[in-house]
Amino acid sequence: MESNQIKETIQMIAEENLDIRTVTMGISLLDCITGDTTTTAQRVYDKIVAKAKNLVPVANAISSEFGIPIVNKRISVTPVAMLAGADAKPDFLPIAKAMDDAAKAVEVDLIGGFSATVQNGCTPADLALIDQIPAALAATDRVCSSVNIGASRSGLNMDAVKLMGECVKRIADIDPKLAMKLVVFCNAVEDNPFMAGAFWGVSEGDVAINTGVSGPGVVQRAIADQPDADFEVICETIKKTAFKVSRMGQFVGKVAADRLGVPFNIVDLSLAPTPAQGDSVAEILETMGLSHVGTPGTTAALALLNDAVKKGGVMAAERVGGLSGAFIPVSEDANMIKAAEAGHITLEKLEAMTAVCSVGLDMIAVPGDTPATTISGMIADEAAIGMINNKTTAVRVIPVPGKKVGDAIEFGGLFGSAPIMAVNTGDASVFINRGGHIPAPIHSFKN
Amino acid sequence: MQVIVTVIGTDKVGIIAKVTTKLAALNVNILDVSQTIMQGAFTMMLLAKLPADGDFGAIKADLQDLGADIGVDVKIARQEIFDAMHKL
Repeated sequence: MESNQIKETIQMIAEENLDIRTVTMGISLLDCITGDTTTTAQRVYDKIVAKAKNLVPVANAISSEFGIPIVNKRISVTPVAMLAGADAKPDFLPIAKAMDDAAKAVEVDLIGGFSATVQNGCTPADLALIDQIPAALAATDRVCSSVNIGASRSGLNMDAVKLMGECVKRIADIDPKLAMKLVVFCNAVEDNPFMAGAFWGVSEGDVAINTGVSGPGVVQRAIADQPDADFEVICETIKKTAFKVSRMGQFVGKVAADRLGVPFNIVDLSLAPTPAQGDSVAEILETMGLSHVGTPGTTAALALLNDAVKKGGVMAAERVGGLSGAFIPVSEDANMIKAAEAGHITLEKLEAMTAVCSVGLDMIAVPGDTPATTISGMIADEAAIGMINNKTTAVRVIPVPGKKVGDAIEFGGLFGSAPIMAVNTGDASVFINRGGHIPAPIHSFKN
Repeated sequence: MQVIVTVIGTDKVGIIAKVTTKLAALNVNILDVSQTIMQGAFTMMLLAKLPADGDFGAIKADLQDLGADIGVDVKIARQEIFDAMHKL
């Protein structure tokens, strides 16, 4: 019995907020397609409930027996735009309701997959789904939506970029809090267990378990214990810590999959913050020696953190997937909120940071009068970073009607609160309204 | 099922006696014990084996109640989680 190791594990969980952020069951809905939306919706409900009915009891039992909190139990499904291609007039609201009802029946926190992948072009069903996202999010409680508008091998679908800027505005006009349930991606991954961007890609199997770990507090404490260390030591420390954290994800995922009788798919090696004290990614960067997140040096600190987490985590897990990197949502990270309130961090610096980590401009509140074309411009900029750098990027911005810079919005719980951040007041409308497609980039001559 | 029981709190008379008596009453076999006082805090770790028909949830609840009575924090978790984190 190694007392020190036992003590270390218990301390990580009890004092440093180590937890399994999510156990997400991916469920394929391709066998639910009927050609008639009402029947398809019924089949969607039946399949989700049949496959996921034991997910929450199993996760709760594992949490109790092994003493590790499992914060969220979630479901990701096939992008539902693919389920209604045979309908003359696809109506996705019954499917959104079926997803929501099924999520409530099996008591999962969220269900992702009210999604479309349109990086090359939009089918009539894709367009119908995008048009119905605001209504679907308003009519449901647990459904999350995502749209992939670009990819390194496809380029950027700028018609979809324009539509998504308008879509975000339409959602915020109903209720800005609904906008946090929509993510616009470039290079979306098919096995992401994190919300709001989770969906279960068509290349995945019928049903499988994915886990996402979280432990910013554990990494921060480990670095804080070495105030005079050089970067080699810092990187080694992060790698070792990430290894231990990721082993939890691997272990819990494997046990959950065995008990549920389904394959275990991937561990997502992400550092996901919460607004709780001591659970902040920004604090890790500050502990490395930055007075506040956003200071020159922040991008370098984030780059080394992100890379060291992957290096440590890859060996800890059998299969790694998802987004795998440090998340930098503004509203979900106590020190990020502080930096934004004090004006230490700007949208432009956040954009630079997204070039070296996962995922993108995340949980950022902007003034309510930000034009749709400006939001489309932000989506296009983030997507361009992802497209050129062969990485996933995303935009989850929240225009808050009636609010301006200096105000704040409260999301509640894990989603935190966000100060309204300043957006460049220039005009992108001519650029966005051109329409068409930005071709895929050249994959050689990298500079 | 092998478990690790940890007991942490302010040192006082009879913590070990009360915890081990409770474990014996629950038919839990102690395989290894480590106990120390760290900066005034009583810290004990036990490796133990639950009976074949043992109800983990009930034993956990009993131990937590006992911890509340004595004024110490008692945690119980299956041993595999510690191996998973620390062993290659």
